[in-house]
Amino acid sequence: MVNVKVEFLGGLDIIFEKQRTHKVNVKRDGEQEVTVGMLIDYIVLNMIKNPKDKDVFIENDTIRPGILTLINDTDWELEGEKDYVLEDGDIVSFTSTLHGG
Amino acid sequence: MSYTAPSDPKKPKNVKISQLCELCHSRKALIKRPKNLQKICKLCFFHVFETEIHNTIVSNELFQQGEKVAVGASGGKDSTVLAYLLKLLNERHRYGIKIVLLSIDEGIVGYRDDSLATVKRNKEQYDLPLEIVSYRELYNWTMDEIVACAGVRNSCTYCGVFRRQALDRGAAKLGIKHVVTGHNADDMAETVLMNILRGDVARLEKSTAIMTQSSGSPIKRSKPFKYAYQKEIVLYAHYKKLDYFSTECTYAPEAFRGTARELMKNLEAVRPSCIIDIIYSGENLRLRPKRAKRAPPQSHIEVRSDGSVSLPSQGFVDGNRCERCGYLSSNSICKACMLLEGLQKNRAQMSIDKDISVHGAAKLTRTLENLSF
Repeated sequence: MVNVKVEFLGGLDIIFEKQRTHKVNVKRDGEQEVTVGMLIDYIVLNMIKNPKDKDVFIENDTIRPGILTLINDTDWELEGEKDYVLEDGDIVSFTSTLHGG
Repeated sequence: MSYTAPSDPKKPKNVKISQLCELCHSRKALIKRPKNLQKICKLCFFHVFETEIHNTIVSNELFQQGEKVAVGASGGKDSTVLAYLLKLLNERHRYGIKIVLLSIDEGIVGYRDDSLATVKRNKEQYDLPLEIVSYRELYNWTMDEIVACAGVRNSCTYCGVFRRQALDRGAAKLGIKHVVTGHNADDMAETVLMNILRGDVARLEKSTAIMTQSSGSPIKRSKPFKYAYQKEIVLYAHYKKLDYFSTECTYAPEAFRGTARELMKNLEAVRPSCIIDIIYSGENLRLRPKRAKRAPPQSHIEVRSDGSVSLPSQGFVDGNRCERCGYLSSNSICKACMLLEGLQKNRAQMSIDKDISVHGAAKLTRTLENLSF
């Protein structure tokens, strides 16, 4: 099991019952390591209550363009995106940049 | 509603050499700049981002010593970062400007009231004066009432026209001649793209200007974030833990702009530099000067088929004023007054429908009101 903190910022919390911070436990599948890709699958499967909201978060099987994904405050592009292996205490944040300013 | 800062991550573990910042080579790179794909650390990012905005301001001579400047503040990410940065740069580089926050209250319950609360907090956080101008006091209509009357589909048309004027009027009230807005590179590229897609060539040339001023108008507008990526603005706000409001407007966003935005975001995912590239293209598009129409001689009077005659026209004069409100307008009545008139007619109808005193003094008053000489 891996314990991580997931944050939905920049208005994204609206599809997660208006809660910005979530503690998430992702179960290991046997000996397999838990990656960010698996965390995203977990979020889509278990945390998005309204199926219509899925498209706000996911597009073509990845995070929708316009949503900024940070792993421990580092752009996930620099961490191998979905292949990053999660450790206990990691913070993964998703920030929407799409609303007006 | 109050502000909750994003959480701080735990201390980073051992950093590989390949992960180091490309500028200082001493800290872990946290971001990859969309402009040039450079990998840099948080502190270098602050430095580079602030310096770029400073360079934009200096090279375009946006400010003058002693100038009073109003920041169009919505409480959203762009204007919050703009207010914060202008204050910082003004102190660091001694622009000698006075900064005031200027907010427009459109009267949208559940959206603007919350974002205004953010601006009020910003006022305290950055120690800047704040002025709020409302549609209610300017036009005697709130956006909620307008939508109830004209429907949600046209909401952005009304809101856009009214806000543009409201910002000018708010600035004029404060005796300020310069309004800065938080429009960023993404917004500008989006606008260029929209104008191309709509074939709106007339707007295309103007849409990339960093500073605009209609002739005859005392108020100029500028966009210091013209070259700043939305992604970097959001990252800056995130790392600096700036308090900003982020909820989409209650009313449907302008459909066409939404589609253009989607397209831009998809393009950016493939090729991040395309945002700057579109702006660059927009800046360098030059329209072939229009061939002057051969105007009929001044004395020329056309007799139309219905027997009416045309009077010699005044033609389009830049700097015209609206007959009703005195605001700058290319027609005799400005767009806002025209929209208001349409709304007013609807409201009058609604009130007459409910009115039971169809005859008598009330009717006489109304008839008298409608008389014109």
